[in-house]
Amino acid sequence: MTGATDPSAQPELVVVVVYPDLLGTYGDGGNGIVLAQRARWRGFRVSVHEARSGRPLPEGDLYCLGGGEDGPQVRAASLLIEDGALARQAGRGVPVLGVCAGFQILGHRFPDADDRPHRGLGLLDITTRKGRGARAVGEVVARFDRGPRPADGGRLPDLTGFENHGGVTTVGPGAAPLARVLTGVGNGGGDRVEGAWHGRVVGTYLHGPVLARNVQLADLLLGWALEAKGSASRLAPLDDTEEEALRAERLAATEVRGLRGAARPFSRGLQRRGVGNPTSRPAQPG
Amino acid sequence: MSSGGGALRIPAGRAALAVRTGSAVNRLSRLLDLGSGTVIGGRAALAIDPRLISRLARGRRVALVSGTNGKTTTTGMLVAALTGGGTGVGTNRTGANMPAGHAAALVEHRLAATIVLEVDEGYLAGLIAETEPRVVVLLNLSRDQLDRISEVRMLADLWRQGLAGSGERATGSPMTVVANADDPMVVWAAMAAPTVRWVGVGQVWNDDAVGCPACGGRIEFDPLGGWQCDSCAFGRPELFASIDRSRTLVFADGTRLPLEIELPGTFNRANAAMVAVAAPEMGAATGAEAVTPGTALERLRTLEDVAGRFSTVERRGRTVRLLLAKNPAGWTAIFDLLDEEGGHPAGIVLAVNARVADGLDTSWLWDVPFERLAGRSVIATGERCRDLAVRLRYADVDHTVVPDPLAAVDAAIDAAADAAADIGVTSDSASDGAVPRSPAPDGAAARPGTTGPVEFLGNYTAFSRLRDRL
Repeated sequence: MTGATDPSAQPELVVVVVYPDLLGTYGDGGNGIVLAQRARWRGFRVSVHEARSGRPLPEGDLYCLGGGEDGPQVRAASLLIEDGALARQAGRGVPVLGVCAGFQILGHRFPDADDRPHRGLGLLDITTRKGRGARAVGEVVARFDRGPRPADGGRLPDLTGFENHGGVTTVGPGAAPLARVLTGVGNGGGDRVEGAWHGRVVGTYLHGPVLARNVQLADLLLGWALEAKGSASRLAPLDDTEEEALRAERLAATEVRGLRGAARPFSRGLQRRGVGNPTSRPAQPG
Repeated sequence: MSSGGGALRIPAGRAALAVRTGSAVNRLSRLLDLGSGTVIGGRAALAIDPRLISRLARGRRVALVSGTNGKTTTTGMLVAALTGGGTGVGTNRTGANMPAGHAAALVEHRLAATIVLEVDEGYLAGLIAETEPRVVVLLNLSRDQLDRISEVRMLADLWRQGLAGSGERATGSPMTVVANADDPMVVWAAMAAPTVRWVGVGQVWNDDAVGCPACGGRIEFDPLGGWQCDSCAFGRPELFASIDRSRTLVFADGTRLPLEIELPGTFNRANAAMVAVAAPEMGAATGAEAVTPGTALERLRTLEDVAGRFSTVERRGRTVRLLLAKNPAGWTAIFDLLDEEGGHPAGIVLAVNARVADGLDTSWLWDVPFERLAGRSVIATGERCRDLAVRLRYADVDHTVVPDPLAAVDAAIDAAADAAADIGVTSDSASDGAVPRSPAPDGAAARPGTTGPVEFLGNYTAFSRLRDRL
């Protein structure tokens, strides 16, 4: 039981999943589950608040915002601005993770379904407009060149996830891109970057959910949350065999797609089980 | 053109060519072993005559069934309710639920006076305009395949527009919408139609309907099934019929009909209730009386499976039950079913693929409450078994991974046999010094049952591929 410590000696961590009723479309609530479990397995006491809209946002040590549809996204942004707690907590250094619609509303402006701009929280120096072309849908791999660094000073392993959005996000000078896109679209601004971060606020377009596919990023956020509480932020290692197997499988699948795009139709990799091999069956009976 | 109101369709000109071509392509496709061929034939026929569906549907009694979950089953139920096991009703039984499949079904069943079509949610509005149906059954709308299908509210708006336009019809025959009153997204769409029979089916899943589609306010659900927006007048409409706690279908006029059917689960009783209300609205076929709700339910009572869903197969002395669910609402309904039956399955095999027909994004696994399986032993399989394994780990569900689905079923059968042989022997739980991967399962609770079936639950292609291999 190395790594596990006496729970009573550890402070309680409060993970807040923000408005799952409005920002909960793509399984992004899983980010809260991943954070909570990875803290519990290390002996921390953790509570997860699924903070529904319509009541004051609770004080927490880590906030997660997920993807959502256009109408609910507008409502979530205006409620969060009105409520004020998220901006206040972020100002105290409490980490915030925003995904997709939740990423967009962390910025200055984002569009609704009719391309009217709406005000965001302004926690990240980003603005989003509606893309002109097709939605960006598919697997993404991106490299943490200028991204946040873990406590040991190394670089986080490549970011992997699934994007599905129609927005184009521009990162201003007050924030940095989270990662450089190797495969996929990401922010879509032509500079081939994905997400944004500043201080302890991180935004990304990636679902999966992103923290289940990038557990080192989850641990980075947990470390930040402990730092913000003034606790020791060293985290004992966990047995991540299954997460690593998932990452390896997804990275290999994305690589195979890349090869296929380069017109190598008989690439050995294409024979791999379930990889880049969508069925031609169009129907989806219920 | 057809010869008036009779059942015999003899299309002329372009439509006839389209029909002949469709049939020929179907035969060719079957000869070349390219599958059943109905979809490809339908596609060829539509290429020749894009208005083929409306030409072939004219003058027939058409019912359309759509929704996120239960389309195939409910379509099969409605056919059974209308025919009582006989013939005379045409349908797209293979689940080919987009225009090519509809054209194929109309061609294949040229002589049928009654047509029941399962419709992909995205194609419903267009098909209403084309077929001028007598009945439209709207089951539910929840998150499903977000990388491929429009989001829930966009679909609800599409339905609403399609139903609002249904007032201006070429023929005089009226249309009745039979709609699930417990799903606010369905209600938002259906209230645009002139005639609606609202059915209270007791829907549990409402995570996709908290934001009011009318005003953006917040919908409050009460535990008894009612719901109401907190900011506008949008709320559950007056019910025509509803399912009560004693599994009885209660009509507003006081009629009570027991919902006793072989098909398992709350969701199938909900589908049966929709069919009991929908079937009479189809009116009378030539020379027959309209089906009553009681007759409809009587005819559904002994239906055991639809398109292989809920069917069982025997393998190496063990019963394997095949369950299909494609999205969080569907998986949750199956967990409800396992709880409701209260049995001890010999094993649970969960299979997930992410092909185009399944949706390429597996994020939905995190909206499924796998935590409810804690204490059971699960085998994860399918092309995306790695995603499933990580999800199960974070749900604290004891699991093993066997990537090949048939091997996974066999592993579950073996485990059940071992458990039967080794009652009282518990497996070693290794401790390698690392932080435990998940809490050690309670030996007794985690041991598979020794008599029950192996439950195989897969999403769409995982299910159909295993069914074909068995």
